Parts: sequence; structure tokens; C-alpha cells
Amino acid sequence: MYQHAVPATRSILAVLSMVVGFAQQPEIDFKRDIEPIFRQHCLGCHGSVQQQSGLSLDSRADALQGGYSGPAITPGDSTGSRLVAMLERPPDEGPAMPLGRDRLPPDQIALLSAWIDQGARWPESDAPGQSSPQSDHWSLVRPVRPQVPPVKDGDWSRNPIDAFVAARLEREGLQPSPEAPPKVLLRRLSLDLTGLPPDVSDLASLASDGYERVVERLLASPQYGEMQALHWLDQARFGESDGYQADFIRPYAWRWRHWVIDAFNRNLSFDRFTIEQIAGDLIPGATVDQRVATGFHRNSLHNREGGFELEMDRVERTVDRTSAVATVWLGLTVGCARCHDHKFDPITQKDFYRLYAFFNTAVETDIEAPMPGERAPYLERRPEYERLRDDLFRRYKVSELQAYWEKRILAAAKNPDSDLEPIWKVLWDLLVIEVDGSREAVETPPDRRTARQRDLLSGYFVKSIVGGYDFQTPEGYEGLDFDALKRDYRALEKKFPNLTQAYAMMASPDPPQTRVLLRGDYRRPGVPVEPAAPGALPALPEGKPDRLALGRWLVSRDNPLTARVIVNRVWQQYFGTGLVSTPEDFGTRGERPSHPELLDWLAVEFKDSGWDLKALHRTIVTSATYRQSSNLRPELVQRDPNNLLLARQSRLRLPAESIRDATLAAAGLLDRRVGGPSVRPYLPEGATEIGFGDFVKWPQSSGVDRYRRGLYIFRQRTLPYPQLETFDAPDTMQVACKRERSTTPLQALTLLNDPVFVEAARKLAERVRAEVGDSVPESLRLAFRLCLSREPSQSEFEVLLRNHERQRRNLSEGSKPAAESDARTGRDSLGERETDVLAAVASVLLNLAEFLIRA
Amino acid sequence: MLRDRREPPPRKAQVGAATSLRSRRHFFQESACGLGSIALAHLLADDGLLGAEPDPLRVRDPHYRPTAKNVIFLFQAGGPSQLDLLDPKPEMQRWDGQPLPDFAAKDLELAFIRHDAKIWASPRRFDRHGESGVEFSELLPYTAQRADDLCVVRSMTTDQINHHTGQLAMACGTPFVGHPSMGAWVLYGLGSESRSLPGFVVLNSGTGADAGSGIWSSGFLPSSYQGVPFRSQGDAVLYLSNPPGYSQATQRARLDAIRDLNALSLEASGDPEVEARMASYELAFRMQVAAPELLDFSSEPKAMLEAYGVEQEGTAQFGRNCLLARRLVERGVRFVQLIHATWDHHVELKSGIERQCLATDKPAAALVADLKQRGLLDSTLVVWGGEFGRTPMVEDRYPSRDATRGRDHHRLAFSMWLAGGGVRPGQAVGRTDDLGLEVVDNPIGVNDLQATILHCLGLDHTKLTFRHQGRDFRLTDVRGRAVPELLA
Repeated sequence: MYQHAVPATRSILAVLSMVVGFAQQPEIDFKRDIEPIFRQHCLGCHGSVQQQSGLSLDSRADALQGGYSGPAITPGDSTGSRLVAMLERPPDEGPAMPLGRDRLPPDQIALLSAWIDQGARWPESDAPGQSSPQSDHWSLVRPVRPQVPPVKDGDWSRNPIDAFVAARLEREGLQPSPEAPPKVLLRRLSLDLTGLPPDVSDLASLASDGYERVVERLLASPQYGEMQALHWLDQARFGESDGYQADFIRPYAWRWRHWVIDAFNRNLSFDRFTIEQIAGDLIPGATVDQRVATGFHRNSLHNREGGFELEMDRVERTVDRTSAVATVWLGLTVGCARCHDHKFDPITQKDFYRLYAFFNTAVETDIEAPMPGERAPYLERRPEYERLRDDLFRRYKVSELQAYWEKRILAAAKNPDSDLEPIWKVLWDLLVIEVDGSREAVETPPDRRTARQRDLLSGYFVKSIVGGYDFQTPEGYEGLDFDALKRDYRALEKKFPNLTQAYAMMASPDPPQTRVLLRGDYRRPGVPVEPAAPGALPALPEGKPDRLALGRWLVSRDNPLTARVIVNRVWQQYFGTGLVSTPEDFGTRGERPSHPELLDWLAVEFKDSGWDLKALHRTIVTSATYRQSSNLRPELVQRDPNNLLLARQSRLRLPAESIRDATLAAAGLLDRRVGGPSVRPYLPEGATEIGFGDFVKWPQSSGVDRYRRGLYIFRQRTLPYPQLETFDAPDTMQVACKRERSTTPLQALTLLNDPVFVEAARKLAERVRAEVGDSVPESLRLAFRLCLSREPSQSEFEVLLRNHERQRRNLSEGSKPAAESDARTGRDSLGERETDVLAAVASVLLNLAEFLIRA
Repeated sequence: MLRDRREPPPRKAQVGAATSLRSRRHFFQESACGLGSIALAHLLADDGLLGAEPDPLRVRDPHYRPTAKNVIFLFQAGGPSQLDLLDPKPEMQRWDGQPLPDFAAKDLELAFIRHDAKIWASPRRFDRHGESGVEFSELLPYTAQRADDLCVVRSMTTDQINHHTGQLAMACGTPFVGHPSMGAWVLYGLGSESRSLPGFVVLNSGTGADAGSGIWSSGFLPSSYQGVPFRSQGDAVLYLSNPPGYSQATQRARLDAIRDLNALSLEASGDPEVEARMASYELAFRMQVAAPELLDFSSEPKAMLEAYGVEQEGTAQFGRNCLLARRLVERGVRFVQLIHATWDHHVELKSGIERQCLATDKPAAALVADLKQRGLLDSTLVVWGGEFGRTPMVEDRYPSRDATRGRDHHRLAFSMWLAGGGVRPGQAVGRTDDLGLEVVDNPIGVNDLQATILHCLGLDHTKLTFRHQGRDFRLTDVRGRAVPELLA
């Protein structure tokens, strides 16, 4: 709160400066008169340590150059100098300087004004050297390969990871935990590498092939790519709709996800993985796939609310892209620097906009990115489609009506003072806001439009305009049944194949000059900036500073952050917590690493391997550290409750998607097809009511699509799929570098009662009975094995058996469960009853902590 | 005292606790099965020993003595026209049909209309009501009867002129997605008193809010603080009902087996997460038992149902939610957020606002009266309002059709009302200029309102913070003040 009493400074000062200015007072001496004022009031925030708003008053040159709003001092013109204006700023225009403190006494302001009017003389010798106080922060110093420490207990250690961990444990006087039993290890490995529990047959292969062979097999399975994609999608804030009010869907967003899964599975090196996502379109001779990769930047939210300023939303998306890249690759949270300098962090506001400049010169583009086998049938049937569509449009006089609409909205846009009804301007705004590329299309004369532009406009006109409330049908066209037109058009669209599209980026044909935005406000541009790396990091190499250069710089050998940040997140997948426990923040306010040498060793090793991701995963999961038991040891609970020392493995509740997948897998329902479009599994009636209006639809998938992995569930941003949300899947609105693992009653209700899980329990029972027949003990044992990858103990078995008897009594008394409907199929009703009973017990297994927690 | 998030709490139960847990667990395993279940969870929870962290919903002391324990926020999404409801402007008649003077129109932010749009004096009649003599429009006859219980605020302002960002600002303190909503902050600050219902419940009526689940999100706070939407069809809470054909006995048998098997695996791993999961199943079961009772209105007298308009078409949806809000608060639910949409009357303001007033006026007034009569108004703060107001100028998309006239979004001035929970009743706070364009006396921003609500709950809005991405965040971002004029 800046509650200054309004001083009459303006008038008093006017008088004072006249007195000072015109009375030809003795010349003002900088050292004697001015520097003490700067030192007392200004240099704390605008000196060598901090340059708030980019302003330093350390030297004349700095002051003349000024901050983000422009020069601070105009020699000879105190009234035109920003320095004086900020000192005298009236309260209703914003905070005055010095910020949050009393105003300067009028005589000091008068002195400053007089000094400026006399030319702002400033002895050169006082210019202090430039220094960046943060550049010695640990994460900004390039990692060098550390010595692998010698350890006493050499037998335990399997690779250098273990030496670093053991050395630390020795210092603490702690022993590592013994290796976990093979069955636990296999389950852990399988869940971590593929997100799925092991098959029953896997256990035998562990015994015969050995651990390393199993690791190789899992790394080579397509499910490895799916699991890694899940982690990457969190960071990439991947969503399939715009977010915000109407939350329009992005029907082809999955194409980028498909690329990600494929990239992990073919083990695309992380440096190329990076460069293609940052700037695949700029790679000379870019392939379609490389352009698809830039879809990373298209995951930003997009506000298409009517009445929203286009430029404001464009700036928001560019800010989002800047922040996302900084957080995902550099582990720096730069969001604050959008509005002001970070007090303690190495990123200044100017740094932020230098980074922003790389993305400010890129524009969105939707490209054709057909999947294999799509193009030929498309080209073959296209002429027939166009003929049918043109016939349909002719019958409803679409081109005449569309021409009328275009003429009106163009007139309304070009001449806001015309006599047209204001609705035309509203319709113009809606078109431009809702349909990407529509402005260029509609401003191009119809005979010069591309086929794509023609389709874009006529499709929108027919689906959203004609026959609607806002479009009064002109005279002579009233009799037409536009509902029928819409229906026929939709049917036609459905019947003919389309080419898969992708959302990509390209260099702007007309790149704007980037400027610092004062307080982050798009309406307040400040000084111009050029694209460049943040000042506390190594500079970009010589050459054109474009997105491609940025991508290469991120994975250059000199970059101190990227490799550390990435190995830390991979580590986190396997131990729950990173070596740096703030995976999104490697800055001065983040946590320091628990094992700095290990982090650096992994980072250097990763770079030296040619950024080989599978090699990194292999190194971690074959370490003795990874293979330890996760059982809690009483002395560790006390000494190291967060398991930072790694004297045991961590126990981790499965991610939301894996809970679904493991359940469907146990039931034998899981559809294992890899990649492709998203699905919309069962949602209860009325679940879409939390969305806005009736914009959000959830057309339920059918057939085996219902049983696809959680990774493929459609990510409608304003309607998160309840099971995923309940188990802490991120909200897809912003970068998520780690997931919570909460435990709530809503989770219990989901696993007990959600029809998806109820059905899975029933199918599990059917599967078991099909395999072992009527033997209850055998059924219970097999169900247990399918769910938990081991045999039940005697006491566990007894609990199950008792529960089976109890449920048999319950279910034969009360009302008859869902299976009743199956009676029509003529199946043995006694057998159905037995399956119902077994299903109730099977559901118990699917709710167990051991099923949900990876040990 | 609230935990200072700068020092993260120990994540695992300490060893001493683990040992005592173990012996207690043995005791319960040896005792009869039925007894063990609920008692175990209770005892563990009461000891703060559940799970990896202390129960995030446990009741915490406020910063200072509160005047309210619960909040019911009646969110009127879309932006109700204050000029036709709560802010009478008789002077506007003189300006009707003329454009704004240039100086006023010059820098005005507008969503859809042009700066030369013409002033449209409200066609609604305003009268003084109650002993306090506060004016209400003819559209709010029931609310007007509660005049002496309400504190009308006529000087609300916001920075946002679009729905999504405006609703986020009102509900979460900033226009950005990913920030926690007010209810989440309150649960984080105070915990939940209900052991069988969620501490933050969301009730929707109408067409759904523009910002969707963003306005009951837990944002970067732990997800336990997220608002739980009660649905109007099917299960009130998703998956609350047993699967088809499962009696309560079948369900209980499942829970008992889950508990017994989890207890065995706890024995082996010593993992407190298993303990937390066991407790979560007991809480789920309690919810299953409590919810049907909560939703069963048969114990409410006929006159009560009539007062809320539960059984009349038009008022049924919002009326049911208002009655439910009272029943939730009675059962210790901390924060109830009703969302009614939409008041976004760009076109057809006349008929549209009549329809929304018909749907909401009577139930909202009944809620205040009912809470008062039960003595609950002293501890429950009720808030009514939307994300912004509407322009004094007409939005005339179809000048040829008179019934289509509406008003555009307006952020500089709008009105709300508050009742109970330590708010000073029977007054109208703040003043706008003669056209209702700008606030001229006591501007109250959305962060000020939020600071005031927290203040009533005994929370200092500058101290309720959470460390996220290297910064301490709060509901009121970097602004806000508790407004003394609103407080009793």
C-alpha cells in the first residue's frame, strides 16, 4: 500500500527548480551533492547488486541508458527526466520512488533537478565494474566429471552410482538395505519402466535370463516409450483443449504425443529430442516429423472468450512458452521475472524478455501430418467428397449467404463507425478469435483463396453461423432448413477420411521487435531487446540468434543446467524424490542437491554418452542403490525420514494412469495398442455439467477403445477425467515437474465403486474361472497372483477364503448383482453367482495398498 | 498456529510413533474385527499419526479470534447487472439515450460495445426496505425483506473484464490458472471440522461457470484442499453409491477384507502410507453413510421446503442448493460454494435478469433467514455476487429489436452483498458516481473482499502463505486489506 499523503510537491518543486535553475546557483558537485542522495535512497535497488526494472545508477552511462522504461536522465532537461518524474509521481498514477518509503525531501529533489539541468556531470572514475553476484551459484557452474569415491564395502557396489551413495552412507555410519526379493524387484522394474505390472510369465524369465536381460527387454518394449511419454507430457503441460471458457478441443493434439512416444521408443538422443521440439521447423530440410515436434509449444492455453484482446492472448501464450522452456530444460522458474527483476535469482526482467524474444518471432501453424496409409485413400476419395459437398452447399445457397456474411463482417471490421448493426462486429470478432487463420482467409478475395482457406471459412460458416441466433437470414432465404444442412454436412464429414493434422510452429514472416513489457503488461512496451541467453549463463555462439540456436544452446556442452535438470527428473522417476528435491527450481531458492557429485557424474555421463536416454535409465535401474529393499528400517525412519540418504528404496504410490492400467491388465482387458488418437472412457451421466454451457462434450468411446491406457484418455482441460484427477494427475494448465501422491477417501470410492473398476473386478473373476474352473482356493490364488505378482501367505489366504464365504452369503441373500442381465445369454446362473462372489473378492485385491504402491 | 511452509514438515512418522502404532495395531487385530476398523482409524487420526504427514484436514487454530467459522459463497457467474439490482441511479434518467461524455469514455475498457454506446437508465424501480432503509430493486423482493441482515457493497471493482479471468480473480485472487481457490486456502488454513463430509463443497446450478473447475481448484496446494462438486444428478459425490447389487453388508465385507490384508502388509513394510490408506477407506465408508442422510430432505418441514422454493419450478435448482448449503454448514462443512450461471446479459437483459432473479432471489433470502433463525448466521458468512458488473451503456446488437437490449461487461464498479459472520448488517457501503460508471467512495477490490472474508475467519491474509516455485504465495497475491467498514 502506498498511502502517501498527497504532497504539494508539484507546485513547490516548480518554484524551487525555478529558483535553483534561474538564480545561477554555484555549480552542483556530483560527489558532494548527488552521490550521497543516490547512496542513501537509490542504490539499494538500482546499484551493483540489484538492478530493479533494469536500472542502475552506478555510472553516468548506466543512468543515461536507463531501465526498461527508457533513459532515467536526460541531461539538461530535468522535467523530461524519468528520474525526477518518478520521485514526484502523484499517487493516482502509481507508486513513487523510493518504493515503499517516504518521499525525498523537496530540497533533495530540487538538487537532483538542478544537477540534471546543468548537464548531469558525473566523474568517469566512479564507474564501478560489472559483476553478476549470482554466477557462482552451484547450478550455474558447469559440471565436471567427479572422481568416483573409493568405498570400503566394494561387494555391494554395482556401478559408480553406488560408490557415491555408499560413500555418503559410510560418512553417516549407515548400511544400505539388502537387495529386494526377485518378485518385488521384477514388479518394481516393470511398473517403473513400463507402467504395467509384470506378466506371470515374466517371473520365470527373471530366474532364467537374469536381471540385466529383463531390463533390456523392458527398455525395448513399446510400453517403455509410453511410460516416458507420461512423464514428459506432465512437463509439457499437454492438453487437448484450449482451456478457458468454451474450452474448444484440439482434435489433433494427439499427433504430438504420438511423436513423443515414438521418439522415446527409438531412443532419439536427448539433444535431438530437444532441438526438434524447440525448433524442428528451422532444421534445414525439416521433415514433417521434426515440424510435428514443435507441437511442444502448442500446448499453451488459448483464451478465445469473445471480447478478449487478441494481442493480450498472444502475449500470454508467448510468456507461457518462455516459462515452460526455462522450467523444463533449465530448471529455472522465470515467471516472476515477467513483471520485475528477481531479487535473488539469476534471471532479470531483461533476461526474461531476451528469452521471450525467441518465441515472440514464431507463429502458430497447423500442418498436414498424415499417419502411414492415410494419404492414398484421402486423395482417392477427395473428388467425390468435394462433389457431394458442393452439391449440398448449392442446395442451401451457402455461397450466396456466406458472401453476404463476409461482406457485412468485413465492412464492420474496416469501418467501426458504419451504420451496420453492431452484431456484425461481434460476428467478426468471434470469427477472428475462434478460428485460427480465419483473418487472412477472409481478407483474401474468394478467387485467390487456397483450398484450405476455402474449406476453413465455409466449414465454419455452415457449422457455426448460418441459421444461428446471431445471423438473421436475409430476405429470400427464409425457407431453407439449415438444421438439415448442418446435419447432412456433419454426416458427410464423418463419412470421408481426413488427413491427420498437427499443431506446429514456424518463423514469423513479419517478426515484431521484442520489447520489455513493463510490469508484464502487453500495453506497456519498454526498451527493445534482442534474443539472447540469460546473462548468468554462457552466451549463445556467434550467428543468428533464432530458436534453432536456442535449442542447440540448451544441449551444448557449456550449458551447466540442462543435463543436471534432466538426469535429476529421471532419477526422481525411480526414487520418488530427485537428488535436487525441487525439480522445477535449480535457482538460489531451490534446494541444494543431496548428492552433488552423483548429480554431476550422472550429468557428465549423460552428455558423454551422446545424451543417450536408455543408457541413463539402464545405469540407474541396474545399480545396487535401485535394487535395495524398500522396507522401512526403524533406525532410518528416525535418521532419514525423507530417504534422502538412499539407504533403502522408496515406496511410491502409482501414478493415476498406472492404477488404471494395472487394473485393466490384471483383468485381461487392457488394450495394448501404442500411440494414435485419444479415447473417452466411461463417464457417469451428467459429469460434463461442471463445464461451461454445453460446450464440453464427452462422446464415449466404444469397443476396445474403452480399455486403452490412461495415457490416451482425452485431456479436456476444464473437464479432467475424474479418476485421473482424483489420483493427482496434473491439471495440464502449467508445467508439472513432479506429481503429488495423496491419499484421500475419494480415491477409495473410485476404486470401490467406479464402474470401470467394478467391471475390471468382474472380468478378472471371469478370467480366473475360465482358467481354473470351480475350485475356489485355486481361483483365489490365481487372482492374487495376477494382481500382486506373488503367492498369498497362509494368513492372507485365510482372509480371502473367509471373505469369499462371507460374500457368498451376502450375495445369495440380498438383491442380485449386475450379472443378472447376463441371464438372458442363457449361461449357467449358478456359475454366474459364483463369478459375482469371486468378483467381490477380486475387487478387494484391486484395492490393496500393495496393489497401489510400488515397493 | 499455522505451519510455516518455509520449513517443510517431516514427511514420515517418527520412529517412536511407529513403535507405539505397532503395538496398538496388534491389539486391534486381536480384538473383534468389527470393533477394530473405525476405532483404529479414529485413534490414529486423533494422534496425528496417520500417513506420511499429519492429516492435512485436521482442524487448525486461526491467527486470531474469528467471527465466522463457515462461509457460503453464492457465486453469481456472468456478471449480474448491479444497475438493475442493487445500485440505484435515478440521475441516469437525465442522460438516457446519450453517449458518455468524452472524458469518461476515452480510456474505458469494454469487451463488446463501442465507446459511443448510449446510456441506458435502468427501467427498474428501487425502494427503501427495512429499518435500515437500504434500497433494492423490484427484481429482488425477497432479498429486500432481509435488508436489515445484509451489508450491501456498491463499490466493488476488479481488474478483469472477461469472464474466465474475472472469475479466477474473484475465486482465486489472481487471473492466472493454477492458483488455489478461496475455499482451498480456507481449508489449508483452518482444516475441516467434518469427519464424514468434504470440507469444501461446490454446488452448481444453471449453465455452468465460464472458468469451470478452476474456481474450486486446489491449484498448487495439496489436492486434499480441492473443492468437491456435488452433482445434481446421480451420486452427489462421484462413485458414492455401492456398485449395483451390493448391499451395505457386501460393501462392509469388502472393506473388512481390505483392512485385514492391508494390516498384514503394514506389518511387513512398516509403511505409514499403508496406514493412511486404511484410514481413507474408513472415511470413504463414513461418507457413504453420511451423504444419504444429508441429501434426504424428508425431515425438513413443508414450510421450509416452500420457503427455499425447493418444490417449485424455476427456484428448484438453486433452492435445493441453498438448503443443502445450510445442511452442509450444520454438519461442519467449512466452505460451501454455490455457482449459479449465467447473468451474462449482453442481449435480452430484461427477460434474462427476470429469469435469474426468479430462480435465485427467494432461495438466497430464505437461506439468510433460515441461518438467522437457527443461530447459525452468527458463525456463517454468506456472500452474494459475480465476477464483475455491467455497463451503464446499452449493448444493442440488434437496434431494430427492442427486447434484445443488454449491457456489456463492466469492471470499474459493481455490487455484492454479505451477511452474517461478523459483517455489519443493515447498511450499504461505498458509492458510485451518478452514472454508476466509477466508484467515488471506498473502492473495494476483489483482493480486499478476500482479505475481509479471511479476516472474518480469523485469518490474516498476509500470513496465510504457501511456498511454491520459490515464492510465498497468498490468496490476495500482493494486495488486499480487510475493509473495516464492512465489519461489525
